[in-house]
Amino acid sequence: MEIVYQMLLAAISSGTPLLFAALGGILIERSGIIQLGAEGLMLMGAVTACLTFIHTGSLTVTLLAVCGISIVLGMIHAFLSVSLRANQIVCGLAMTLFGAGLSAYLGKPVSGLPVPRAVPKLDMPWLEAVPFIGRIFAHLDYLTWFSFVLVIALHMFIHKTSWGLHLRAMGDNPATADVMGIPVHALRYGYIIAGSILIGIAGADLLLVYSPTWTEGMTTGRGWIAVALIIFARWNPVRALICAYFFGALDMLGFRIQLIGSEIPSYFLKMIPYIVTILVLMFLGWRNRNKPSGSPEALGVPYIREQRF
Amino acid sequence: MHNQYSVEMRQIVKQFGSVMANDLVDFRAKAGQIHALLGENGAGKSTMMCMLSGVYKPTSGDILLHGEMTKIKSPKDAIRHGVGMVFQNFRLVQTLTAAENIVLGDKSSFWRGGRWLKNKQEEIEAIAQQFGLTFPVNRPIWQLSVGEQQRVEIVKTLYRGASLIILDEPTSVLTPGEAEQLFTTLQHMKNEGKTVILTTHKLKEVMASSDHISVMRKGKLIHSMEKSATNERELAQLMVGKELGESMPLLARTSGKRLLDVSEVDVYAEQGRKSLDRLSFHVDEGEIVGIAGVAGNGQKELAEMLTGLKTWKNGAIAFNGEPLTNGSVRSAIEAGIAHVPENRMKSGLAGTLGIVDNLLFKSYRNVERSRFGMLRISKNRAWSASLVQQFDIKTPNLDTPVQQLSGGNQQKLLFAREIHQQPLLMVAVHPTQGLDVGATEGVHQLLSEMRENGKSVLLISEDLDEVIKLSDRIIVIFNGQMVGEVAREQADREKIGMYMAGLQNAEGAAG
Repeated sequence: MEIVYQMLLAAISSGTPLLFAALGGILIERSGIIQLGAEGLMLMGAVTACLTFIHTGSLTVTLLAVCGISIVLGMIHAFLSVSLRANQIVCGLAMTLFGAGLSAYLGKPVSGLPVPRAVPKLDMPWLEAVPFIGRIFAHLDYLTWFSFVLVIALHMFIHKTSWGLHLRAMGDNPATADVMGIPVHALRYGYIIAGSILIGIAGADLLLVYSPTWTEGMTTGRGWIAVALIIFARWNPVRALICAYFFGALDMLGFRIQLIGSEIPSYFLKMIPYIVTILVLMFLGWRNRNKPSGSPEALGVPYIREQRF
Repeated sequence: MHNQYSVEMRQIVKQFGSVMANDLVDFRAKAGQIHALLGENGAGKSTMMCMLSGVYKPTSGDILLHGEMTKIKSPKDAIRHGVGMVFQNFRLVQTLTAAENIVLGDKSSFWRGGRWLKNKQEEIEAIAQQFGLTFPVNRPIWQLSVGEQQRVEIVKTLYRGASLIILDEPTSVLTPGEAEQLFTTLQHMKNEGKTVILTTHKLKEVMASSDHISVMRKGKLIHSMEKSATNERELAQLMVGKELGESMPLLARTSGKRLLDVSEVDVYAEQGRKSLDRLSFHVDEGEIVGIAGVAGNGQKELAEMLTGLKTWKNGAIAFNGEPLTNGSVRSAIEAGIAHVPENRMKSGLAGTLGIVDNLLFKSYRNVERSRFGMLRISKNRAWSASLVQQFDIKTPNLDTPVQQLSGGNQQKLLFAREIHQQPLLMVAVHPTQGLDVGATEGVHQLLSEMRENGKSVLLISEDLDEVIKLSDRIIVIFNGQMVGEVAREQADREKIGMYMAGLQNAEGAAG
């Protein structure tokens, strides 16, 4: 029982950054823009969080700074992919490389410095009375709680509100959305920026909660896993939560096996989530070979209004 | 003063680059009438209507709605002024349900809970019932038939309070039964005092359904009149600007040698289902063989098999005395089989490339066109220019992306490329789909010219009139099998229709 509890807790703490990034990506991709820059945005979020928290010690200022940086990066991505209609795959890769390089440079002075516990926990001892589940939820930090709220809020937003309907419509058929009076370009800007903020927070969460030391390239491919998660979750926030914790658990599994003192080299154990990513993608591709993937129909296609067909 | 016209467009000019799509057009329509805007493809009807619905902005000219000067800046603006348009390619989101599509532009409520949705559904169903439209409200669009999708589009405009409803080529995608139903709906709308404008190139429909008719040709409005003051023949003349030929002259059939001999072949679809089932037929030199049948009975697979895009199992195919290589496009081309595919922009032409590149697709290996792997640029341009002239392709220049040409000119370009290959057999699939009367005539001319030159044509078409008009022999396929064969002299629509519906099997004819 104890081991299951430990695993679940670990899955949540390791899965939360993935969840934030996947949620951000869902918002962006639902609007019809491919988001491959998650890795770079997460790194920028993490390094910004590290620098501001070490210098100011204030969580609010830190989160605001992370939002600020993410907004700027989101604007760049939106300008390139919406206004200039640049190739979105290249755009995303550029964001990743740019973020990795810049964060490494900015992070030099704080590299390896421990970041004191930044995000307070929401202690609810009375919850422990609830068997099993209670113990998991009794001592989670604020950011994790925020991610729970966000999953529900986004799910409701996408499926139950007029704005959500517009979002789904414009990712599938922007021309139709346009004819129905939905400002496609402006909204795409908005969703790219909002999504980028969430991905930036994913990086901040990784640094502030999960592994409180800045090291160069500390996301180690989590941005890419988030991209894969969006596909597994078929652009749905609730499924994204399940998938994120599943991968979080796998991530943790590697550590646990190592702790037990297994003979397997640690490099192989660290590979587990990535191997599973490949396997799951292969499996899904095979299983859905005759079906639509559930991805937004117009994903990756810039929208131009007055084009002759 | 009350203006009797609900919509008036004055001196409208619209230019796309150097192409003049509308040239000083005056158009007026009254409320409580069905107004047909008749014209060939590329005559500028859709462009006119797109300006009314805010998709395009006129280069110059005025639009008056109910006698008042109106600037329609966007589709949203058009809706605000009560103008709704049902496009030829539906503007529906495939993954959303019919109801969600209809309420898409609705700004009345941010929260869309169960109760809100239920109210809206009732509202939508009431509108649908009022105008005699039926469709499943809660199913995603991709599960609906084309006719149902169109009904969703119509209800969408009505739901948004449109008093002027424009339908762009509404029947081009419908079965005759569905078209019938549509016209009943249009009558309902007319009786409710709405202005209905439909653009079309089908004369029969215009005569059957409209009250007032305006004819457009080459970007200009030629004539506008009450239906009672005209007839089909006059309309056709106005539309094409020339007399129409009745039908192809019947030539004595060349008792040529056998060119294509297909015997007992099977083609399998993806799930192990047979799309062609022990199909046997032959084509002689210098004859046009028409393949008639309802869509989805193996026509597509038949064309793909002969042109090397699909492999066949069992049986054998002989072409020009030699066995045809199974599943090789290149050897089919080299053997002399030309292909005019079903969807010209999908598998016939590369839309963003220019005329020259598109013409080169099948002949670039030729020494005339390339040497040591390098294309002979200036030579190819001169060659393309001569083909453009020979086939009368209307294009601003040789580098214009072909997607900007009208459908008729695209098809001419495709024919130019294929005929230039000097094929022995032309496999033409729906060669006149989406083309106007003039362009259709041109395509028919090209096909019968091939026949006069001793070449053969396998004409696969859903348009029975076309098949009967052109073919020497008509083969009807149903469920991948040949169910009937009729010579042109005995061609009889009713009989062929029975074969097509699978209601009758021709005894002995299939063997």
